[in-house]
Amino acid sequence: MKSELNEQALLKGLAENDSKAIETIYKENFNTIQSFILNNNGTYDDARDIFQEAIITLYEKAISSSFVLTSKINTYVYSICRRLWLKRLHQMGRYTGKIENIEDTIAVEEDLDFHEKRNAEFAIMDRALNSLGEPCKSLLEGYYIKKMDMQELSKAFGYTNADNAKNQKYKCLMRLKKLFFTQYNIGE
Amino acid sequence: MEDIVLIQAVERYLDGTMQPAEKAYFEELRKNTPEIDQMVVEHNMFLHQIDSYANTLNLKHSLNEIHTKLLSFGEINEGGEVSTKGKVVRMWNKYRKVTAIAACVGGAIALMISGLFAYLSPVNNNQIQQLKRDVEFVKRKQQDQGSKLNEVVSKIPKDAIVTGGGSGFLIDGKGYIITNAHVLEGSAYVNVINANGNEFKASIAYKDLRKDLAILKIEDADFKTIKTLPYSIKKSGADLGEEIFTLGYPRNDLTFNQGFLSTQTGFNGDSSSYQLQISANPGNSGGPVFNSKGEIIGILSTREKQAEGVAFAIKSKSIYKLVEQLKDTDRDTLFQHIKLPTASLVKGMNRKDQIKKMSDYIFLVQAFNKK
Repeated sequence: MKSELNEQALLKGLAENDSKAIETIYKENFNTIQSFILNNNGTYDDARDIFQEAIITLYEKAISSSFVLTSKINTYVYSICRRLWLKRLHQMGRYTGKIENIEDTIAVEEDLDFHEKRNAEFAIMDRALNSLGEPCKSLLEGYYIKKMDMQELSKAFGYTNADNAKNQKYKCLMRLKKLFFTQYNIGE
Repeated sequence: MEDIVLIQAVERYLDGTMQPAEKAYFEELRKNTPEIDQMVVEHNMFLHQIDSYANTLNLKHSLNEIHTKLLSFGEINEGGEVSTKGKVVRMWNKYRKVTAIAACVGGAIALMISGLFAYLSPVNNNQIQQLKRDVEFVKRKQQDQGSKLNEVVSKIPKDAIVTGGGSGFLIDGKGYIITNAHVLEGSAYVNVINANGNEFKASIAYKDLRKDLAILKIEDADFKTIKTLPYSIKKSGADLGEEIFTLGYPRNDLTFNQGFLSTQTGFNGDSSSYQLQISANPGNSGGPVFNSKGEIIGILSTREKQAEGVAFAIKSKSIYKLVEQLKDTDRDTLFQHIKLPTASLVKGMNRKDQIKKMSDYIFLVQAFNKK
């Protein structure tokens, strides 16, 4: 029961991007996944990629309102990594036929479908933001990602006052929105 | 410019900073103008997208930072041998003194407490009973078996003094059998017989009375290496209430019994074993405990004397621990080749077929000494 509470706390921490919690999850799971990937035709970089993607999937699950984790974190992470890695091997045409199962697995297909959708949206936003040009890109990053307030931003970018910066930010936002939705609606 | 004013209004509306009067006006506007309504929905979704983009990006950033940090602390390892040894060594160097002091103090206290306990507590030996066979019984049985298997002359020498016996099972097709150490107590020689009556000579490769585990190695020209074992040995734990069954040799013939896992800990809260609700008899010691998928979850070893049908099994995890430990400590020996079966081939089968597949790999262990 205690460990269950502990796992709940870790997931809550993950949802809030609390680095202590993320570090604990990382420490407790990474080595297993790394040896799994290495033992199945992968490299250290593959292990890092796959593991981090699994943690992002877990995060997406943790923040969703209908969140229920029906298994232990390590089982979940292992199951995700296993699916992801099988898929990647398959894409690379390196599918070896048999993958050794070192732990129990659970069904994660639904979560992975959701994750793929989120991944695609992430990529579209990333592309849109990167094709904006400066200073729009940095201005929006400052406001939406680094969560700076308008006062700080106008100082950092040299606007005469916060209102001007705000106006500029809205103009940039409109452009980003247009770029985003053109690609989003194409269904890229 | 007008667009921007509108967007600003939408944003204020969405983040709830709009004044009540303006809000009412805006809601009215929204209701009557589908374009504005659409704009609110769209903008809301877009803000949501930026937000989750930002969160994911920040998470990726944290993950990379943590990765680098853990790498530099040696908690994780890229390149070189993948193991946690580096960490252990570092920890050891760091805490050597503290550990030494703690060990001394701890040792002294442990001695004191155990002394006190030994002095005060009644001997509890008679609360649990090891399920090793009676010598007499084995002897008698041995004769029976001799008469049953005409073509096979018993490989136990004529001048042997039988000391005990129990059950055991293959953990590696190359001839490694695991059993309880107490089955072998006081003996230097072992023979094993499977359900078909095939008898093989074996040697004691490892014995630890404290863990109550022993590994035997079949050393007999008649034994042929088995490529894949039909059952697996479970690395993770079993669940409370899980249905379990055992195969063993309380008699001369392979005997089936079933029950369920009743407690996650063994006698007196011993966390390395399970408590089972099953009837076990002398001779069952060292036999496998299976779950319904044909995965071995434990090794049957003792039973409680005062209660009917209460038995204890050492958790299968200990087999992994033992093998790993042996690989680590004896780098050159035969233990390096042991590979435990991790996939059960009898998962979906019914009980009868499972037993048929597995019975050849579960052995009657006979321990004896020469005169």
